[in-house]
Formats: sequence, structure tokens, C-alpha cells
Amino acid sequence: MGPATLSQVLRQLPKISDENLLVGLETSDDAAVYRLSDELAIIQTVDFFTPVVDDPYTFGQAAAANALSDVYAMGGRPLLALNIACFPNCLPVDVLGKILAGGADKVREAGAIIAGGHTVQDDEPKYGLAVTGVVHPDEIITNAGARPGDLLVLTKPLGTGIIATAVKAELAPPESRTAAIAAMCALNKEAAAAMREARATACTDITGFGLLGHAAEMAEAGGVSIILHRRAVPLLPGTLELAAMGMIPAGAYSNREHLGGRVSFAAQIPAAARLTLYDPQTSGGLLIALPAERAPRLTGELAEKGMAAAVVGEITTRRDWLIRVEE
Amino acid sequence: MSKEIDCRGLACPRPVLETKKALDGIGAGTVTVIVDNPTARENVTMFAENAGCRVEVAEKEGDYILTITREGSGTGGQTPGTPPDAAEKTSCPQTAGDGTRPLTYLFSSNLFGQGAPDLGLTLIKSLFSTLVEMDPPPDTLIFLNSGVFLVCETSPVLKQLRVLGGRGTEIIACGTCLNYYKLQDKLQVGRASNMLEINERLTGPGKVVYIT
Repeated sequence: MGPATLSQVLRQLPKISDENLLVGLETSDDAAVYRLSDELAIIQTVDFFTPVVDDPYTFGQAAAANALSDVYAMGGRPLLALNIACFPNCLPVDVLGKILAGGADKVREAGAIIAGGHTVQDDEPKYGLAVTGVVHPDEIITNAGARPGDLLVLTKPLGTGIIATAVKAELAPPESRTAAIAAMCALNKEAAAAMREARATACTDITGFGLLGHAAEMAEAGGVSIILHRRAVPLLPGTLELAAMGMIPAGAYSNREHLGGRVSFAAQIPAAARLTLYDPQTSGGLLIALPAERAPRLTGELAEKGMAAAVVGEITTRRDWLIRVEE
Repeated sequence: MSKEIDCRGLACPRPVLETKKALDGIGAGTVTVIVDNPTARENVTMFAENAGCRVEVAEKEGDYILTITREGSGTGGQTPGTPPDAAEKTSCPQTAGDGTRPLTYLFSSNLFGQGAPDLGLTLIKSLFSTLVEMDPPPDTLIFLNSGVFLVCETSPVLKQLRVLGGRGTEIIACGTCLNYYKLQDKLQVGRASNMLEINERLTGPGKVVYIT
């Protein structure tokens, strides 16, 4: 659902006040966190969507990685997952079997277990997970803790939305498609471990609202502003060229419209480059805020683990703009 | 030559594909495309402008009429389809038309110049003061051999490197060299890299400056 419509709907919900609800709706965070005891808090999140790739097993992998990511983004460890599946009865049922197998293998890779789920008939396939995780209440990493002077590290390159559009148009080079699939199916588990060790001040994962949308949530929640250096933002191979060819999903435009004037761009940044930053991501990387002196060690560790991570910007005190994108 | 195509009701990215087909068919001339949503309007405009055409947009009863004009020799040339699959880095710096970007500096020593070491140290500090003032900043700094000392704990230019890193300069140090000098845990800025990536930076487009 587009960000504007979602905000409108959520505004109608009654406000909750419960002292054990450590993270709820108010800061648009990645998951809900509820304290069970002084040492234990439970994390809950749910995510599901329509196919992003043709192969059912791969779709299952990407959807599971996407759902698990929100637990990692809170600094937690996934424990248990339940399948959510919608499937048309006109499709062969072994397709559903492959989707679920993809999901199960990804959950196993995360060290968690699938304990059940629910499937309904629908006109188009959808798949995802409801995930339960755990975290120590003192170690929760919300999206609200970023402080002026912190640097921002992004752990996966952007471009899955643009490449998916190009794949539909049969204009995506094989290299772009392969890289996008690998990025979507990669768990944020290692990135999260490195983030916890680096004692990040804030974290969120990059999904449907694009880098700018999720960075904006971090800035709003923290009462700060963000400067991004667009040439530092890692992109999947071919992303910029495909964007220049108009392979841009509608979601990028609704993300742009929703953010409006809260994002300010340096004049010389071309339109295609700006849209890559609004591009909705499937199972994107973690956006991590941490003190500047700890950033090089974090990027070093992430590079050693094979991630194309980079420092993409910094946190400043709140300005007229929420996010400023420099060249 | 001119052609009109009605792309109303077509799901993204069909409008761009139909436009591409039409443009490929006529070479030079005008293609008029009708779409019914802003996404298609933006994407077809982007595609056509990227292909070197002029685009005029008019709105009519909720639909958008895009008039795309391409001057040319009329030889029915191909519009950009498959993007070049040259070795693409995942972070893609804007290349300037004159070949000077991306700009990469390679440091193969922690001193600048052959001769007196204390002069070499003064010159490195002076160089970094200059790099920090560059606008736009250098795209990549590569540190090799004893150059890796510049990105570790006792470096005289850490502050300048952090400023550059914050402005988007990529800072990479050869992993083999860090290990050789036992500096793996002393890296303060940038990240460890390998010869494959370093070679890619040195042989890619743009300019490389060797500080020896």
C-alpha cells in the first residue's frame, strides 16, 4: 500500500498505551517489541507480497528473507515463523509447494523454525511470513536513536524495483537480474550481527518506501535531518541505465510524491539518479546509524563478509529539509 | 514520418516498450503516445529523452498526449535497448564527458615523493589538505603497500580522510598489505579491499593519479 494511504488508515487506529509495549506504531518502526521480563522482549512482524521473480522457490526465498529482515533491523534474533500464503486454485499445487520450500529453507538458514501457517484461495499468489523474534530490552535498536554526527551505512545495493520492471520488459541484462535476485534472497543476519557489535545508535531496513522513504522515517523518529551522498550509494549493476530508460515502477513515483519537499536535491543530480533513491526495494539492506569513529570498522567487517556496504551519508541537527541529497 | 500509438490501459512497462518499438520503426520523425497515468507519462518521457528525442506533454480529459520528436538521418536506428554490460561497479559514479571522472588517487606509500622522509611526510599532509578542499571531492582513494599506514591508527591525515569519507569519497586499503604490516585491527577509516577490486578501479573509466 502506498505511504500516503497507509498513513491515513493508521491514523484512525486508537492509540495504545501499555508500559510493556517498547516499540509500537508511533515511530513507524520495523517491528513491534513487547517486554516479557527484564531480560527478554518479544519482537513481532509480518510481511507478505505478490511474486517478484518467476521462479516459485526463489520467490519463497526472497519473501522469507524480507519478512525476517525486520527482526534483524530491531537488533533481535528470529525464533519462529508462520507462513501466510494466498494461491489461485487454477495453478498447479506443486508451485505452492516450491514457494513454501523456498521460504522454509530461508527460515532454516536464519536459524529459526516454521511452525505452521495459513493459506487462502486468491486470484493471484502471495507469500510471506509472520515472524516472532527475541531481543534483550536493553539491546533493542530502534529507528529513532540517530544522533547528529553519526554516519549512515547501507548494507545492500539499491535497484531491485527498477530491475524487476526491466525484467518484465525483457530489457534487463542477465547480470542485473542475477545480482538483484542474490540481493533479494540474502538474509540481513550477518549485517545485523556486525551492527550489534558496532553498537549502532539506530537501524531500519530498506524495503517498499525506498532508501529516501525509510531514511525519512529514521530522521522523523529521531528528530534529526540526514545528508546523503548519492555517488556513495551502492547500486545493483545496470540500475542507473535502466532507470534512464524509464524502467521505473509506479511505487517510486508514489514514494516521491509522499515525501514531497521534505527531500532536497543538489541541482545537478539527474532525474534518473534521483528515482533510484525512491525505488521500492524488496528485501533490501540495513540502514545503520552509528558514531563516525566506529563506521570504518563496520564497513570493513561487512566487506570481509562479502557485502557491498558503504557509508552513504550522515546525521545532522534538524534543518528545513528532512533529507538533503548531495552529489 | 509520424506514428501514433494508444497505450492507455497498458500495464507498466508496456508503454515504454511500445514507444521503443515505434521509435525504432520510424528513425527520424514524430511519435505520438497516449497514456492514462502519471507513471507511464514519466517513464515514456524519461525513455524518449534518454534516446535523444524532444518530448512535449499535453493533458486531455485525464489522459496524457506525449509528442516525441527525433531529428536525425532517418536511417531507422535502434534506440538504446540492452544497456552495455561492461564491468559495472555496484556504486556507479557519474562519468564526466571529458573523461576526468571518476577521479581516483593511488597511494603506494605513506610518504609523497622519493627523497627525504620528513619532507615526504610534510608533502602528504599538504596533499590531503588540498584534497579536502576539492569540489567535487575525489571519487576513490586506494592505499597500497606502506600507503595503508595512512588509513590506520597513527596516520597524520585521519581527520582529512574522515571528512572525505563523509563527503562520499570511497576509501579502500589493500587487505594483503594490511595483513603484512599487521594492521588489520588498526584500520580507522575506509575498508579493506582486494587486488581484483583495486585493478577494476585502476582500469575503469576516468582518471587515476599515482602518488609515489
